[in-house]
Amino acid sequence: MAVLTEEQVMLREMASSWAVEQSPVTAFRRLRDSTEGLQRGFSKDHYRQMAEMGWAGILVPEEYGGSSFGYLGLGLVLEQVAQTLTASPLMLTAGVGVSALMLGGNTHQREQWLPAIVAGEVIVALAVDEGSRHHPERIECQASVCEGGWSLSGRKAFVLEGGIADVLLVAARTEQGVEVFWVPAVTEGVIRHDRHMADSRNCAEIELRQVVLPEEARLAELPGEQLLQRLLDCARAGAAAEMLGMATQAFAVTLDYLKTREQFDEIIARFQALQHRMANLYGEIELMRSAVEAALSAIESDDDDASLLVSLAKATACDTLNLMTREMVQLHGGIGMTDEHDAGFYLKRARVLEAAWGNASFHRDRFARLCDY
Amino acid sequence: MTAAMNDKQIAIDEFRAEVRGWIAQHFPASLKGKNNAFAAIEGGVPLSPDQEEWRQAMGEKGWGVPTWPAAYGGGGLCGKQAAVLQEELANAEAYNPIGGMGVMMLGPTLLEFASEEQKQRHIPPICRGEIRWCQGFSEPGAGSDLASLRARAEDCGDYFLVNGQKTWTSGGQWSDWCFALVRTDTSRKHEGISFLLIDMRSPGVEVRPIQLISGASPFCETFFTDVKVPRENLVGELNQGWAIGKRLLQHERTNLSGGGGNRVMPSVSQIAKFYVGVDEQGRLDDPDLRQRIIRHEMLARSFRLTAQRVMRDAKNGGVATASSILKNVGARITQDRAELTLEAMGMSGLGWEGDGFNEKELAATRLWLWGKAVSIYGGSTEIQNNVIAKRILGMEGE
Ligand SMILES: Cc1cc2nc3c(=O)[nH]c(=O)nc-3n(C[C@H](O)[C@H](O)[C@H](O)COP(=O)(O)OP(=O)(O)OC[C@H]3O[C@@H](n4cnc5c(N)ncnc54)[C@H](O)[C@@H]3O)c2cc1C
Repeated sequence: MAVLTEEQVMLREMASSWAVEQSPVTAFRRLRDSTEGLQRGFSKDHYRQMAEMGWAGILVPEEYGGSSFGYLGLGLVLEQVAQTLTASPLMLTAGVGVSALMLGGNTHQREQWLPAIVAGEVIVALAVDEGSRHHPERIECQASVCEGGWSLSGRKAFVLEGGIADVLLVAARTEQGVEVFWVPAVTEGVIRHDRHMADSRNCAEIELRQVVLPEEARLAELPGEQLLQRLLDCARAGAAAEMLGMATQAFAVTLDYLKTREQFDEIIARFQALQHRMANLYGEIELMRSAVEAALSAIESDDDDASLLVSLAKATACDTLNLMTREMVQLHGGIGMTDEHDAGFYLKRARVLEAAWGNASFHRDRFARLCDY
Repeated sequence: MTAAMNDKQIAIDEFRAEVRGWIAQHFPASLKGKNNAFAAIEGGVPLSPDQEEWRQAMGEKGWGVPTWPAAYGGGGLCGKQAAVLQEELANAEAYNPIGGMGVMMLGPTLLEFASEEQKQRHIPPICRGEIRWCQGFSEPGAGSDLASLRARAEDCGDYFLVNGQKTWTSGGQWSDWCFALVRTDTSRKHEGISFLLIDMRSPGVEVRPIQLISGASPFCETFFTDVKVPRENLVGELNQGWAIGKRLLQHERTNLSGGGGNRVMPSVSQIAKFYVGVDEQGRLDDPDLRQRIIRHEMLARSFRLTAQRVMRDAKNGGVATASSILKNVGARITQDRAELTLEAMGMSGLGWEGDGFNEKELAATRLWLWGKAVSIYGGSTEIQNNVIAKRILGMEGE
């Protein structure tokens, strides 16, 4: 485990008890079964509470009302709240959205948007992919220069939190190459189509029909390609932190079950075949934790090998959570197959996060390329 | 070729022609290319008039259960003829409309253990696909350790009084009858179990559907409260039901392991090409996924070869020991296929309902989730491994 500062430990503990007390899995279940859940896939009330605790501003400098805690701190919170499957746009807003403004935005944009993000009033989503698989190099969405700024046209597929976002970070192709645009969702020409995913979380397809934006909508402080990579890495590491939380919790729930379920006149935790399975998972999750924490720290300190570590983290997270969620169902037997049990929630959410921003195969390949292999 | 072999070949060819003609005459064109694989999972969907007609035609012919004795309504075919029938059905893009637990599990068990009256009464309706059976084995406290079951059947002379709960009863809400293992002697574990046939419409039977992670509710909790079951519905001797139940589970496994050889589902390699794309040489554009898909398809291939080899050896009692291996590998293949399909489809394979997904994509999500059950029911993968280690490898401890 990374050596945490006292403040980071406190932050983690605060997030952990909030998740357990205010946002247990039963809350997610209620949300899923409610009209609000069906329409929006997230709980407004939970997100408001999170913002009140300062989590939306974890990366935001103090001058804009944030706490400037850094990416590892954000990762700790994400891990904790994901343990109980809290449905919130925290990762994309506080992680990716804030990073977009800090890395690519100008002072004016920061002043305009950061305080609102800190207050939990603005939700941000990342609109990169245009098909069902992650291909950041295949962006066809067009941004052309027009009077007073830019005009964007194209389609973005499966934008997570896209239906509830107030701002969309849109990757689009200009004559100079790919750039990232700050697109308020209310802008004329932005049309959203809800996508009802297996994980019951928010997702939308975004249509951009000649969306006219001011000149500064292009986040210009970093070269576009570089900014896009940085933002994708933020999303990947954030997702990996959530996946770590899910894996930890899936493991704990399963272990608990094995210690209580009796068959053949003993608790099934006594069976060596199952002991070995759990021992193996335990080791895998430890490896996952190291990789995830290293990636978060590398993003925080802007290390040269941040991308490499992010790919390591995301690939490891995908493989480990995939295995953990399969084992969770299997080791619960029939009960794990029922909707009444939580195992299915973890399984479904896991696959969505696996597919988002590059699956294990994508990141193995990227890792290899980054090693010039 | 000897003259005898030649005659046999001629007979088979003639049979093939007959089958082909019969299918052409009776199989409704509207059902071409469809199959009832998904209906079998979801259950409870009423048959369309064409489906009903096809079921009746196959039922009367006995070809839904081609190798069962004609005396009880089966097809009375030999293995070779049955294979021809299957091939011809596939060629016509037709399917066998008669299935379910009656065919898969109960029928063969009754043929082996039931009295003549029981066979006469219960087998013909199974052959015609008229009666739906469900399996009342598992209980909340008796899953892998099935023999610890507690649902009680009290011997009251000409009837049994059944009280207790079963669970995970697949199709319980749509079934006419249930074959159940019940406790008739509380002083002994395996030797206190009997095999009973219970009419699901008897007073005191109550079912409560359970929802699966895939959204459907194809199974139930089943409650029995003072249910009177006539003594004539006891199969085999009193307290001798465990051996019958075990035999039935063997049939279940053998049938379930079909999953791995199931050709009805499109191959992952084809699906993946569509979603992932190919390079200039026509190879999948994701080398890592390509390797894993091919590993999967090669496994499926050797699985089918093994299944065929086992069938050949069946006469030597090979099936019994192989059923555990085949069930495990079959389950793995089914689940790998679903996971790989999902991975290839990306987000399109993770839709739940509504716009933005086609039917196949939505089905892929549901099948993936549902498929997690195949390594749990019919004796979990872990239990099969225990069986292999203990019974086949003799690794029983002290
Ligand atoms: C979709 C579905 C349909 C079903 N349909 C029917 C039906 O129609 N009729 C019916 O009677 N039943 C049915 N079942 C029940 C099924 O047979 C049981 O779920 C199965 O026997 C496992 O029992 P369990 O669920 O109680 O799990 P448990 O026995 O509690 O097992 C939990 C976990 O422990 C493992 N385990 C248990 N014992 C050992 C051991 N000794 N060594 C190593 N590992 C062990 C298991 O493999 C599993 O991973 C169905 C189940 C499902 C999921």
